[in-house]
Amino acid sequence: MGAAVLQKQFEAVLQWQVRPSPETVRTGVPEVDAATGGLPRGCLTEIFGPASSGRTSLLVSILAAATVREEVCALVDAEDSFDPASAAAAGVCLERLLWIRCGHNAEHALKAADLLIQGGGFGLVTMDLGDTPPRMARRISLTSWFRLRRAVEHTPTVLIAVARQSNAKTCASLMLECARKRVVWTGGTPLLRGIDVRVSRRKPVREVTAGFKAAALE
Amino acid sequence: MFASLHGRGNLRALAFEFSPVVEQAAPDTVTFDAAGLERLFGPVQEIAAAVLRRAGQTGVKANLALAANPDAALCAARGFAGVSVLPQGDEAKFLGSLPLGLLAPSPELQETLERWGIRRLQDLAALPPLGIAERLGPEGLHLRQLARGEVERKLVALEEPLHFSDELEMEYPVELLEPLAFVLARLLGGLTTRLATRGLATDELRLRLQLETRAFHERTLRLPAPSLDQRAFLKLLQLDLAAHPPAAPVLHVRLEANPVKPRAAQSGLFVPLAPEPVKLELTLARIQAMVGKEKVGSPELVDTHRPGAFKKETDAFFRATARSEKRPPPSKKGGCLGTRLALRVFRPPRTARVSIASGRPSFVAADGVRGRVLELAGPWRTSGDWWTLDPWERDEWDIALSDGALYRIYCAPPGWFVEGSYD
Repeated sequence: MGAAVLQKQFEAVLQWQVRPSPETVRTGVPEVDAATGGLPRGCLTEIFGPASSGRTSLLVSILAAATVREEVCALVDAEDSFDPASAAAAGVCLERLLWIRCGHNAEHALKAADLLIQGGGFGLVTMDLGDTPPRMARRISLTSWFRLRRAVEHTPTVLIAVARQSNAKTCASLMLECARKRVVWTGGTPLLRGIDVRVSRRKPVREVTAGFKAAALE
Repeated sequence: MFASLHGRGNLRALAFEFSPVVEQAAPDTVTFDAAGLERLFGPVQEIAAAVLRRAGQTGVKANLALAANPDAALCAARGFAGVSVLPQGDEAKFLGSLPLGLLAPSPELQETLERWGIRRLQDLAALPPLGIAERLGPEGLHLRQLARGEVERKLVALEEPLHFSDELEMEYPVELLEPLAFVLARLLGGLTTRLATRGLATDELRLRLQLETRAFHERTLRLPAPSLDQRAFLKLLQLDLAAHPPAAPVLHVRLEANPVKPRAAQSGLFVPLAPEPVKLELTLARIQAMVGKEKVGSPELVDTHRPGAFKKETDAFFRATARSEKRPPPSKKGGCLGTRLALRVFRPPRTARVSIASGRPSFVAADGVRGRVLELAGPWRTSGDWWTLDPWERDEWDIALSDGALYRIYCAPPGWFVEGSYD
């Protein structure tokens, strides 16, 4: 009798709670969206790869898609390497983008990203550590990444970190690795036409690969 | 119900905090309409306590009287020290002991009444109205009504000046910002309360500090949207003073707020997410304190072909975030134009050592960049601003190096540089 009452009272509480899957947004690259299902809100997404692997092109596409949705975006630029002209050419609405130049200081970049997330209201916060040397990026403690993950949790903000190697480890909900397949040169007088990029999803574990072309400015 | 204050201090400001209808009978006396305050504070005694509490906070020292008509309240405030609450219908009895001079009769009338031996309000109140009317005319009759506390009239309302400022003299020079923050919090509290009672907000705060050296330290804080967030204002002022500290200890603080109508924004279900303006201002101030003011903002392209030309705009970003109405979908500018190859810029450009073979770069070495040129495109010759004092010209190359990356290099006086990498 007592067990039945207890079961009735606590059954709902003790049941295995399935977390609802987060809302996702488009990256602006249909091939990547089809393969990964988009970028999850309230989660940390990590994009990594070596230099000239198409990470920044993917990031700029994500920014363009977010500003088209009229979201307010922030780019925390650890190495002061963002090129507004490239971004404008890719369709980023620059007036909806807050650009924070951290002057080669990854610690400032982390703090700035944390403040932006705590402030709230941003649709997309990106942290660009793409040119930060890997040994410097690895110095960022896992606690800091956990703090960022906790801060962005339960918010509608998409948090993206771009680096040469994966740093956030278990804190990232989605990991995309970029690699350059080939460089496209055309014309009698050679002309850089663009690059072919392969994007591999490293987390969640089931590996999915997508490819896209990043066209050079004409 | 009317309340009257008689004493020293900023009586007008105090009265306006409780009522929009205020009459100033004399520089040291104000009367205000207290009708409806019982709904906010409760019984009359509670209203009196609230007024006295606020008077204490704002440094006002005054007698307070509450009565059913303004003139009875005014007489009581002038005649009795402290707080007086006149029961309705018993005004004549309450005011009776006060001297006749409080009613400020004309000199002739006062002389006549003195000759009659009438020196207190109760003496005048006891006289028959018909006899007064026959001997002293309408003025005498009005004076008798005042003495009995029976005059019913409307207040001659003051136009409240839309000027919100407060100041405080220090007892000793303040050297540290932390104690100064307490003073600022107190001034901000008063200003925001006064603004709130008028249904206003502020979009600009002007701080003026008088220093021990007799110099002035002035700071102006402009907000992207009107607000009344006292804590945010205080934090913004603290951050601003930390970035621009006064050169000497502070003797006097004056804080002024620009009154504006509050921001009314109806948010909708489908309106895109945007940061709350004052919170955003605070976040940006914190980030600016960390990385520098010039390093935070929205990039804006400049109308020139000069490579890497842009400027930073914080105001444009605030305008963009404040815009809530739905705009038509972007067509050419601001839309997705397919994935473009982005450039990562090296700031400043890295000086490079370039080996030339057959008129083309064959080997490039710079800080963090070193390799044999595998493929290249160029040179692309560009120039501009030759009509100004700062002309530029350069030959650009896109190169693929053996280190696996794609770079843009250029040759311009005084040599070779790596501008950035394609990524």
